[in-house]
Amino acid sequence: MPAAENSITLRRLATARSGDKGNHANIGVVARSSAAYDYLARELTAERVADYFVSLGATNVVRYELPKLWAFNFLLENGLGGGASQSLRIDTQGKLLGTAILELTLPAPDDLATLVGNSQT
Amino acid sequence: MAVTLRIANAAGFLGDNIDAPRRLVEAAEVDYLTLEYLAELTLSIMARQRQKNPQLGFAGDLINVARSLTPALAAQEELHLVTNGGGLNPPAAAAAVGQVLVEAKLGHVPIGVVTGDDLAERIDELKAAGCPLTNLDTDEPIAKLEAPIVSANAYLGAAPIVEALAADARVVLTGRVADAALCLGPAAHEYGWSWDDWNTLAAGSVAGHVIECGAQATGGYATEWGSCDLTDPGYPIAEIKRDGSCVITKPAGSGGVVNRRTVSEQLVYEIGDPTCYATPDVVVDFTTVELAEVGDDRVQLTGARGQAAPDDYKVSLAYADGYTAAGQLVVYGRDCVDKAAAAADIVFARLAHAGVQFAATHRELLGTGDGVPGLHGEADDARQDIREVVLRLAVRDPRRAAVERFAKELAPLITGGPAGIAGYAQGRPQVRPVFAYWPTLVPKSAVEPRVDVRPAADWTT
Repeated sequence: MPAAENSITLRRLATARSGDKGNHANIGVVARSSAAYDYLARELTAERVADYFVSLGATNVVRYELPKLWAFNFLLENGLGGGASQSLRIDTQGKLLGTAILELTLPAPDDLATLVGNSQT
Repeated sequence: MAVTLRIANAAGFLGDNIDAPRRLVEAAEVDYLTLEYLAELTLSIMARQRQKNPQLGFAGDLINVARSLTPALAAQEELHLVTNGGGLNPPAAAAAVGQVLVEAKLGHVPIGVVTGDDLAERIDELKAAGCPLTNLDTDEPIAKLEAPIVSANAYLGAAPIVEALAADARVVLTGRVADAALCLGPAAHEYGWSWDDWNTLAAGSVAGHVIECGAQATGGYATEWGSCDLTDPGYPIAEIKRDGSCVITKPAGSGGVVNRRTVSEQLVYEIGDPTCYATPDVVVDFTTVELAEVGDDRVQLTGARGQAAPDDYKVSLAYADGYTAAGQLVVYGRDCVDKAAAAADIVFARLAHAGVQFAATHRELLGTGDGVPGLHGEADDARQDIREVVLRLAVRDPRRAAVERFAKELAPLITGGPAGIAGYAQGRPQVRPVFAYWPTLVPKSAVEPRVDVRPAADWTT
């Protein structure tokens, strides 16, 4: 679904990679620029990510910040339906969640061109 | 070793590209080639293999991979091989790899075997000694665990690998060690790092973390997957300096790409709390790492800081927890989403009529976004335009018979379900045991890593 005019999909501002830590999903998000990191630090809150992935049934969502890498790590506690050994999902390890989080919509920033930087998309 | 130590990793899991190790040593001269084969689940599967045959229970791919590496081991004196592919049975792995080396007239090459991580036979002894073995996730005491233990392995550190290398091993086969230890061990050995030099140990572990998943550092699984050729991605090489800082690169002329983005995505992969990433050797703070592109396909990592290693080893204990099966069929046509949902209802209704219930069931209509359950919601209008979905059903239950009954209930849809369903040629779904995890700790003093270095020929007898 295209984002509304005053909103933006996370894909424009970041890339991502996800995996598991036992039954916890681990989603790393890397901003495309330092300015994009600052914007996401304000907008891509743990609460927003928890709302977006509410259907996964995580018991808690924690955001960790790595400003030197322009990155965040989100831990979706107990979000994998049992984890690699017990989950019945096709994606037992939450590998798809990194791609999925990039479709999250955020309010569009005023200075989008600066935030996207010189990346290819 | 040249001025800078070069450590490559050419396997990120058991199942990774079997040509990658050979291609790497053909394309680049490295001091150490590491192969990481043990995901959390792998040792439980190996335990079942060893139960059936005492000569199994290690990474089977290792035999052919070792054979493919023998020309390089013969030609490149600096090349060492370090792998956790010994799995649950490192001596058996040494016998198999030893045989391969003997056949290549390399029977004199010393193989080092690291054991002591396997605690499955020692659980009662550890309990008797007062080790609580509390479940780290649930805080439950081990007394609550009644199911049979399938495997229990401590994540050993880099020290036994250093010990093997110091005894001149050129091939080191371990069981469970921390993934990063496969890289930290060789670096600590070459540079004589002290076991309380926390920042340096952290830096070596960061290098290990970046390369441990193989091509994931060099363009594989990258969000911007179209930005490089992934037909033959070069596997990662860490050029490590004496202070632990490193440059991540890949063989010249190989596919893939190493840039800020591919390395960043891997740095934050599966690290949990980045300020305290615990390994047996050091607690790493990933938030201190700085990254710079210093050339084509060259990314430098500096600044890693670490804190004192924990007093305990992490132990991954697995126990038998019933059975599972999953099967899928393709459903085609303009009403495929509704048809697939109806077919799923039919399957479970028939099972209910047969008196079979399950501890857990799961339905996915793959093609509608169900790979991430519930994210796109049932009401998505776009579903009307879908012309084909894969119906995937999965169950789990303590009773094997119930799961076997489920495995027989998909095929009847072919003749007794809605039209437009196919894909049964693979046969009935396979019933598999479920291994559940009990992550826990044991004091380091209760575990004795053992190192045994002998010529390859000696391991075959």
